Amino acid sequence: MGRTWTLIRRRLLQAIPVILIVSIGIFGLLELAGGDAVDAYLAVTGGGDPAFAERLRQQWGLDAGLGVRFLAYVESLVTLDFGWSVVMSKPVSVAILERLPNTALMMGAAIAFSACLGTLLGGIAALRKGTAADAGITVGALILNAMPSFWIGLIAIVVFAVKLAWFPLGGIASFDRPDLAISRVIDVAWHLVLPVTVLGLAYMALYVRLMRSAMIETAASDWVRAARARGLPRSRIVRRHMARPALLPVVTMLGLQAGNLLGGSVVVETVFAIPGLGSLAYDAVSQRDLPLIAGILLVGTLMVIVVNLLVDITYARLDPRVTDDRVRAGGSP
Amino acid sequence: MMRRWSLGGAIGAAVLALLVLVAIAAPWLAPGDPLDIVGRPLLPPFTDPRFPLGTDQLGRNVFAGLVHGTRVSLLVGLTAAAAAIGVGILVGTIAGFLGGWTDEGLMRVTEAFQTIPTFLLALAMVSALGASTVNVVLAIAISSWPATARLVRAEILSLKSRDYVDAARLAGMSRLGIAFREVLPGAVQPVLALIGITVGVAILVESSLAFLGLSDPNQVSWGGMVANGRAVLRSAPYLVAIPGAAVAVAVLSVSLVGDAMGRRLLVSREG
Repeated sequence: MGRTWTLIRRRLLQAIPVILIVSIGIFGLLELAGGDAVDAYLAVTGGGDPAFAERLRQQWGLDAGLGVRFLAYVESLVTLDFGWSVVMSKPVSVAILERLPNTALMMGAAIAFSACLGTLLGGIAALRKGTAADAGITVGALILNAMPSFWIGLIAIVVFAVKLAWFPLGGIASFDRPDLAISRVIDVAWHLVLPVTVLGLAYMALYVRLMRSAMIETAASDWVRAARARGLPRSRIVRRHMARPALLPVVTMLGLQAGNLLGGSVVVETVFAIPGLGSLAYDAVSQRDLPLIAGILLVGTLMVIVVNLLVDITYARLDPRVTDDRVRAGGSP
Repeated sequence: MMRRWSLGGAIGAAVLALLVLVAIAAPWLAPGDPLDIVGRPLLPPFTDPRFPLGTDQLGRNVFAGLVHGTRVSLLVGLTAAAAAIGVGILVGTIAGFLGGWTDEGLMRVTEAFQTIPTFLLALAMVSALGASTVNVVLAIAISSWPATARLVRAEILSLKSRDYVDAARLAGMSRLGIAFREVLPGAVQPVLALIGITVGVAILVESSLAFLGLSDPNQVSWGGMVANGRAVLRSAPYLVAIPGAAVAVAVLSVSLVGDAMGRRLLVSREG
């Protein structure tokens, strides 16, 4: 238990410079963008004379120098005040918190789906290395990887929602929500089948490749040869001596993929009209609601940090060799 | 095994060469502005020899859009990837060779860029700076350099204690001179294996940004064509299917070529 706490403390300390750099970057971006909150406000409310704009700037503390404004920005972040969203006409933090559960649900399901199916297919490909099944899985993963997710989504809508009418066209729930709690859960799950499948498939290829090469590596290891010499049944060797150690790099990849999936959710949520963080980001971007974009970027970064922390804890439990000083493998598989 | 991959690499290279040719020859293959209205709206593909792939709901030639879109996709994909790899090499070399606080600082920045969801960052950048082709390239490059930087840094770290580096130091070369002239050439090789992935991701991100309406509105792009066809998805699905397939073919050919390059490298390193 103590080991896990040390790990968590260490990771959180490491997260501080990352969050600091990201917020400096976002502040810089907002400065570069030109046009401040007053401009955005006046554009929506229908304008005002320059004197009024000046008064607002003084009121909101926007007429001060760069350094003062940065300090004010950091202060507002620390107090979790992300500003006012003109598009949603509510505080940015409220707008984000309303949308967060839908995206978290979709992302969680998509991560689980792509990792499970991807490792399974990668494992099968490794066991049948050099056969037609291996070639089919490898080439299939490459092709899926090359398809843009918005395109897979639109094709899925045409085939499964319009032509076959198996699934709803979009949204997160039916307009006439069922009364029973259990039917409501089923209703949401029903709406999520297509978007989760599309998002999962778009990011599955990496797991297939990673699992395939890791399994081929463990299959050639000394311990597998020893297990074979001991006459253990094949299924047991595959599960315990090949698949289990091969899963470790896959677990690491889960954390690295979290940010990509969050980015992918922008496109998928827009295609399937799901009211989540991604479609909120799209609304913010298309109407240039900069405080909202900045808030979403920061919350997205925090989400990735949290997912990575969970992955680290899982990893430490899975691999007894892990010490606190271990260095996680970097970007490329 | 080997044969199948080199077959994949050959197919990828052939398709990629064809795409580059189409991009270069676009003004001759489909003269005029592809955004001009030239025929009856919503002609299905293969019905009118003047419009082999049909027309969209405004009567614009889909074939012309596809051909000119090749230019934008390849241009943005290649320049963004080149910029990303360039920045990655620069940061990785400096961090790996100088070490100490410089390394520490640069690695924290790299970590920050690996943590922030990069597509959201690209969205925010294009939205803040304006949807021009240059900004799209910048946004993609800024969000995809860290992988190269980490790889180059790791290579530099493993190379910098070699004898020939000590020899260069004894010969009185400057530190950055040694880094870029002596160590870097050896460290750049594994980056070749990353080129395919980087270009492929750049093309996909460009098409996604265009699909969301964040690209130069005066230039035709595959992602923009899909977004446009989405309005008539039920009645004319070919308007979505054709340009989306073009993106997939381009990314697939690039990743096949990248794969073959990476594999050849692996063989030459081991053998």
